[in-house]
Amino acid sequence: MTALQVIFLITAVGTLGSALMVVITRNLVHAALWLVAALFGVAVIFVQLNAGFLAIAQVVIYIGAIAILMIFAIMLTRRVAQDAGPQTNPNWAWAFLVAAVLFGGLTWLLSAWSGFSTPMPEISSRADPLRQLGQALVSPNAYVLPFEVASVLLVTALIGAIMIAWDRKSG
Amino acid sequence: MTTEAIIWLIPLPPLLAFFLIVLLTNRNKALSHILAVGAALLSWLGSMIVFWRAIRTEHLGENPFVSSIPWLPTGDSWFIIGVQIDPFSAVTLFFVAWTILMIFLYSVGYHNFGQPKGDHDRPGLPPHGADVTDAHGHTHRVPSIEPMYSRFFAFIGLFAFGMYTLVVSDNLLTLFVGWEIMGLCSYLLIGFWYSKPSAREAMVKAFITTRVGDVFMLLGIVYLYSVTGTLNYRDILYSEEVLHTLGSTASGFLGLSVAGLIGLLLFLGTVGKSAQWPLHVWLPDAMEGPTPVSAMIHAATMVSAGVYMVIRIFPLLSAGAEHGSLTTTMTVMAFIGAFTALFAATIAVAQNDIKRVLAYSTISQLGYMVAALGIGAYIAAAFHLITHAFFKALLFLGSGSVIHGMEHGVLHTGQHIDPQNMFNMGGLRKKMPITFWTFLIGGFALSGFPLVTAGFWSKDEILADAFGHGHLAVFLTLALAAVLTAFYTMRQITLTFLGKPRTDSAQHAKETPWTMTVPLVILAVFAIAAGWAGIPEHFPAIGGLIPNWLHEFVGDTLLEYPEAVDFNIIPLLVSFTVALGGLYAGWLVYRSVPAGARDPLEITFPQMHKVLKNKYYFDELYDRLFVKPAYWISEIFTSKWMDLGLIDGILHWIAYISSRIGNYLRDYIDLPVVNGFGDMVGESTKRFGRAIRVIQTGRVQQYLIGALFTIAVFSALFYYLVFNR
Amino acid sequence: MIPLSWYLILTAALFCIGLYGVLARKNAVAILMGIELMLNSVNINLVAFWRYLTPEIIAGQAFAVMVFAVSAAEVAVGLALVISIYRRRGTVVADDIDMMRF
Repeated sequence: MTALQVIFLITAVGTLGSALMVVITRNLVHAALWLVAALFGVAVIFVQLNAGFLAIAQVVIYIGAIAILMIFAIMLTRRVAQDAGPQTNPNWAWAFLVAAVLFGGLTWLLSAWSGFSTPMPEISSRADPLRQLGQALVSPNAYVLPFEVASVLLVTALIGAIMIAWDRKSG
Repeated sequence: MTTEAIIWLIPLPPLLAFFLIVLLTNRNKALSHILAVGAALLSWLGSMIVFWRAIRTEHLGENPFVSSIPWLPTGDSWFIIGVQIDPFSAVTLFFVAWTILMIFLYSVGYHNFGQPKGDHDRPGLPPHGADVTDAHGHTHRVPSIEPMYSRFFAFIGLFAFGMYTLVVSDNLLTLFVGWEIMGLCSYLLIGFWYSKPSAREAMVKAFITTRVGDVFMLLGIVYLYSVTGTLNYRDILYSEEVLHTLGSTASGFLGLSVAGLIGLLLFLGTVGKSAQWPLHVWLPDAMEGPTPVSAMIHAATMVSAGVYMVIRIFPLLSAGAEHGSLTTTMTVMAFIGAFTALFAATIAVAQNDIKRVLAYSTISQLGYMVAALGIGAYIAAAFHLITHAFFKALLFLGSGSVIHGMEHGVLHTGQHIDPQNMFNMGGLRKKMPITFWTFLIGGFALSGFPLVTAGFWSKDEILADAFGHGHLAVFLTLALAAVLTAFYTMRQITLTFLGKPRTDSAQHAKETPWTMTVPLVILAVFAIAAGWAGIPEHFPAIGGLIPNWLHEFVGDTLLEYPEAVDFNIIPLLVSFTVALGGLYAGWLVYRSVPAGARDPLEITFPQMHKVLKNKYYFDELYDRLFVKPAYWISEIFTSKWMDLGLIDGILHWIAYISSRIGNYLRDYIDLPVVNGFGDMVGESTKRFGRAIRVIQTGRVQQYLIGALFTIAVFSALFYYLVFNR
Repeated sequence: MIPLSWYLILTAALFCIGLYGVLARKNAVAILMGIELMLNSVNINLVAFWRYLTPEIIAGQAFAVMVFAVSAAEVAVGLALVISIYRRRGTVVADDIDMMRF
């Protein structure tokens, strides 16, 4: 067992554990915090996959924006009576079943795939994924259009969110 | 033009007039009568030409004018109809043409052509008169023109067609056609003033009564056709073998031979049509029609048609009997004829209506003819037929003239009396001279005034034949009837014309216009002169001066020329006595009957007078025997029991059953099954929906679970089916 | 050393946990958290495939960047919706928002 494998395992367990806690905890704020932990674990995995930029982006965007946003939302939609009691709805058994079946199915299907156990290929030290990514995102031959569209999407979402959450009473 | 062509054309002008008047000229009175009288004139002209040629032809009886066409296909052969003019039909044509023409002309004046329209006149009622203001401002009421003027001429036109058809026919079928057409016109014309209830009843009575006779006649015709296969006169009546066969074969009915039975059946048609007892009841009531109708139909032509037919079939009637003796049928005829003659004469004595007297007189005289034929006096019967037509038409037209004059007086004075009642008349001799003299001539002819009147010669011949052949019962009956005839005729003349006027209306009576008096004069000439054509050869003094043309000419019609009876003074004396005696008695009794007085006969013989006046209560008898049961059958039995009870009952029952079935179907099939099916579809859909809709909880997570689950299942299925095969 | 299979199993597990969270949690925000987990697992998957199969083609990472953007937008709008619902109905329990039920 190499060091990388150990690190991976620790990270994986941490992530999965945090994720599990997210979906199980009764306290919603705790769930948000556990979510932060899970997202952090995902960032670490990104690092292990030589996607440094994505790791940073993950932390900044997901944890820095999205998770915070969720905490704000929890704060704004607090009902004391709702926080007590089990936080799962009566169909949790069916949900569990579906999730389990899906996991089993996916695993089984993937294991039949030939490329299931591909080892990690070497990448040359001269390769710079960051530079490549930057060029790909603004290059007309590559992904500039999706990039621009994504920005438009964000503007739209921004405006949309404001509109939806606009409080008519206070104007 | 050939005689045969003319004979075919004779009946047509009146028929044409009928159609033209009905279709085109109904509104125009003048045009209608011009058409009608013109048509009568044309037919008269044709008849005269044919008659003239007929009397110039030798042996017309053996070679009559004949022309025929095949008409009705009957299996292998044809039924042939045609025209025939032999001597008898020639003389018939003569008097028919004259009387029809005279009566057509008379009708113009009778229906007051030229007079103003009446104030309250309606079609269907006799005209009531119109108020006319003259130059001085006086208002008179004058007779008004008949509203249905054109209709009258149309009907008498059709009638004339019927009569001419009957006379020119050469077979019994077309004779019957003409017979029935005349029956129809008689019906229509008796009920000419159809708004009068009495006219309506009379028209139905006439038609139904003659119908009884016509049914038997039709039976006779059918029987004859079935036995011989033909109805043509020449084939039956002029064929020795046919007559012999018919006369000798037994019919199996009442011991009559076939000829006898046929003759009897055909004679029954005459009994109806010529108003012999017992079917005489319709003729007096037929006086409801206008007087020209009475003259033409019920004196001169239609009732004569009955006698014409029976004279025509004389060979059939006498078939099987040896020369001189009578067959059973002939005996029956003689009995009925003689009985009717006396019977009707007795009733005529007690009648007060001027036309009723003449009606019974007609019945009586027709009885004479029938009786004459019954005893085998062929020529005498034909002779009396001819003379009677003339003087009876004259008498009727004269009575119409009298009634017209009286009505003028009634309108003038405003009295409400019956202008036809002789006891309201009197002294009309001075007021209406032409009418008086012509009526007198006619009356004398009817009574048989010796020598100068036609009626004498024909009646005398009948009496002579009856006496000469030894039929004394008939002789005495007819002689007695002759006495009564003279008596009631003179009674009529005295009451009407002689003495003083009994009412104001009679006082103001006026002579009628020329259209009415000219026919009277012409007919009076015939009433005198027609008799001289038949003066017997052995008559004292005058006999032999003129040959007995009629006897020779008409006698030629028969196969066996009938010998004239030997002259005998007794019947001649009897004729003289009865005629003059009766006339004198009538004048004596009635010459000084004042106004408002009762009939002297009534005073002397009250009960008998009552019986006679009520016509021996025959109408009441028939009413009880036939009319009331017929009504019962129709109203109670057929209408109430069978129609309303049985047939309607069946229908109601069917309706009831149908409605039961319908209700059953509705309650047990329509509602539960059909409706139920529809309801079930809807209801089951609703219930299914209600059951299924629980899936729609509105909760997104449950939807998602469901979706994922389904996807999982389908994916597995897909995987196994596609990828793992 | 680390075969692809480990990453794939990791992402599968993360995805299913996220799915369970989506399906089984009452609070709407908690559901959105589950969705975030699922999106993250997809991201890991993308990057893993990039790294193991086509490291020289940058498309995998570019795709992952897009997923970031989209998920951010989606969370923003989603939470705005949640707040809006909270204002109107006074609750954020998913089961209480069942106006579309029969």
